[in-house]
This record gives sequence, C-alpha cells and structure tokens, in this order.
Amino acid sequence: MSLVRERAPESDGLFEASTATPGDYLELLKPRVMSLVVFTALCGLVVAPVHPNPVLAFASLLAIAVGAGASGALNMAYDADIDRLMARTRGRPIPSGRVAASEALAFGCILSLFSVMLIGLSANWLSAALLGFTILFYAVVYTVWLKRSTPQNIVIGGAAGALPPVIGYAAATGTVTLDSLLLFAIIFLWTPPHFWALALLRSDDYARAGVPMMPNVKGPARTRLEILVYSAVLVPLATLPWFTGLGGPLYGIVALLTGAVFMLLAVRCYKRREGQAADKAAKQLFAFSILYLFLLFAVLLAERGLPFAAPFG
Amino acid sequence: MVDSKVKGIVLTPEQQRSRRARNIAIALVVGLLVVLVYVLTIAKLGSHVADRKL
Repeated sequence: MSLVRERAPESDGLFEASTATPGDYLELLKPRVMSLVVFTALCGLVVAPVHPNPVLAFASLLAIAVGAGASGALNMAYDADIDRLMARTRGRPIPSGRVAASEALAFGCILSLFSVMLIGLSANWLSAALLGFTILFYAVVYTVWLKRSTPQNIVIGGAAGALPPVIGYAAATGTVTLDSLLLFAIIFLWTPPHFWALALLRSDDYARAGVPMMPNVKGPARTRLEILVYSAVLVPLATLPWFTGLGGPLYGIVALLTGAVFMLLAVRCYKRREGQAADKAAKQLFAFSILYLFLLFAVLLAERGLPFAAPFG
Repeated sequence: MVDSKVKGIVLTPEQQRSRRARNIAIALVVGLLVVLVYVLTIAKLGSHVADRKL
C-alpha cells in the first residue's frame, strides 16, 4: 500500500499518489470466491471426527479465507493484461488503474505468508503446508502456466479450488483421509462442467484475451460432450459420502435428486447447440451447478453441524 | 541549492481522503490482529496456563 505508485497506463508516465480505497484492496481478494472457499473449508472442518477448540477453528477458517484472498490478489496482479481485455474483468482494481500490479503482488505475498503462519500456529503444520501448496498451485501452476497454455487449465487448476475442505479437515484432525479426499473429488469434478458452461456463454471474451478455454480451442460441440462426461462421473461420485457414512440419509436423497437435475441439464446443454436455446441451456446448467454444490455441502453441514455445536473438549 | 518554495508531493483532496481511509483500515486490521493473537494464545494455553510449579 505504498503512497506513491505507478500511474495508470493511460497517464503521462509520471508518479502520483494512490487513490486506492480499502474497498479496492478488498476487491483484490475476490470476496465471492473467498466465500465459497470458506463454506467448503467449514464443511471439511465440521465433518471431521475431531472437533477443535472453536477459537482455533475460527482462526483456521480465517487463515483459509485470507489464503484464498491472497491467491486472488496474486492472480489479479499477474493477469492484469488479459483482465483489461475482457468485459467481465476490466473493472477490476488493476486494469481500471486504481491499484498498481506491484502493490497487488506485494499485498498477495504478505497475506499468503500471514495465512500460512496463522493456520500453522492455530491448527497444525500439515494444514499450513496444504494451504501454502494451494496458494502456490493457484498463483503459479494455474495462473502463470496453465491458464494461458492449455484448454485443460481449469481442469488441473481446479485442484486449488477443491483443496479447501481437505485443509479444513486437516486443520481439525491433522490428517488427510478418504473422506476429505472425497470432498476434494466432488469439487474437482464439478469444476469443468461449471466453468465450461460459463465459457460457452463467454467464449468471445476469452478469445479476445487469448485465453485457451475449451470452447475456443476444441469448439462448442467438444465442450458440450466433455461437460456431459464430467457430469456423468460427478453425479454418482457425489453420492459416495452417503455410502461411506460421511453423509446421512438426507445427504443421500439430496445428492440423488439434485444429481438427477444436474444430469438432465447437462444432457439438455449437450443436445441444444444452436441459438438462444443453447445459451439458455448453458446458463441454466451454470446457475444450477452453483446451487448443486452449495446444497451438497450445506446438507453435510446440517447433518454434522449439531455435534459440532456441542461443547468442545 | 534547494528551492525553499518546493513543497514536494501535494496531495489532492481525493488522494488525502483515500490515504486517510487506507490508514484507518490498516489501524483496524492491526488492532484486530492484536486481539486475534491474544485470544489465540489464551485458547492454545487453555487450562494448562495454571499447570506449572509455583
């Protein structure tokens, strides 16, 4: 947050004092993404068989939230050039000239270190290592390398978004188990249909920025097929927590019902390929995918939430 | 020789406002950090804080 910063690209190249507000720095943390990360990490923490002290659990969640925000700031610092070209992102603090990329980079690095230290001290060093790995994976492997080089960017990069429940679980137990890996797998397989449904609608935007999303590289037909395949693997996999005992009967019912709707929308997206009907099908799948993931994790939370609320040892 | 009339960087009202807002935000975050570290320390120590030789 230096007082003097580089001027916006459209200026005369001199230096001027920053007019960035705290809100701009908050925006660098991608609060909407952060809220999803906190929600899934909370779920990992709650479903764990060991219940940590609530203060330490809160600090762990805070660390995961800050770590997610730091990843967002690092991502925005690196992607400012392409963010400037896309309608969805050109209003972000760096492309709009409110915050310098170097400031966002420093902000992200400091928050990364802080978040890893915080979870290490409040929970354990396994969760700290996992959080550090997640930040590095998102900022370096996804942002710097995969995003601009392969249409599989969001598939592999999705691992970063899928790790928060594993971190939450590890913060509570100090271990990684099949249960936490199951939560990882659900988010990991959910990511491609979710993002590619959006990419079908925003392919012009991504093409303008030169980001090789699946619809731009392999075409909409191949994207629709891959959405269908990933959905067909995701829906049965999402019922597994019911069989392993991680989720109860309510989870089983919700996973089956919402899974059926998800499959229906994926098939509709696959079949409707032209005009407004195609856009509508992609939009419906995108919107429902958010609700789907939210419901699965919300039911897990609700089923396991009461024991969590009991006094801690 | 330094010109005594040079005032250095003069902030505009908007720049002053945003700097003030940033300063307040930093103060709040640092204050919360102090509280967090204190509460975390107490939570980590727990009942063991009294478990020592007098």
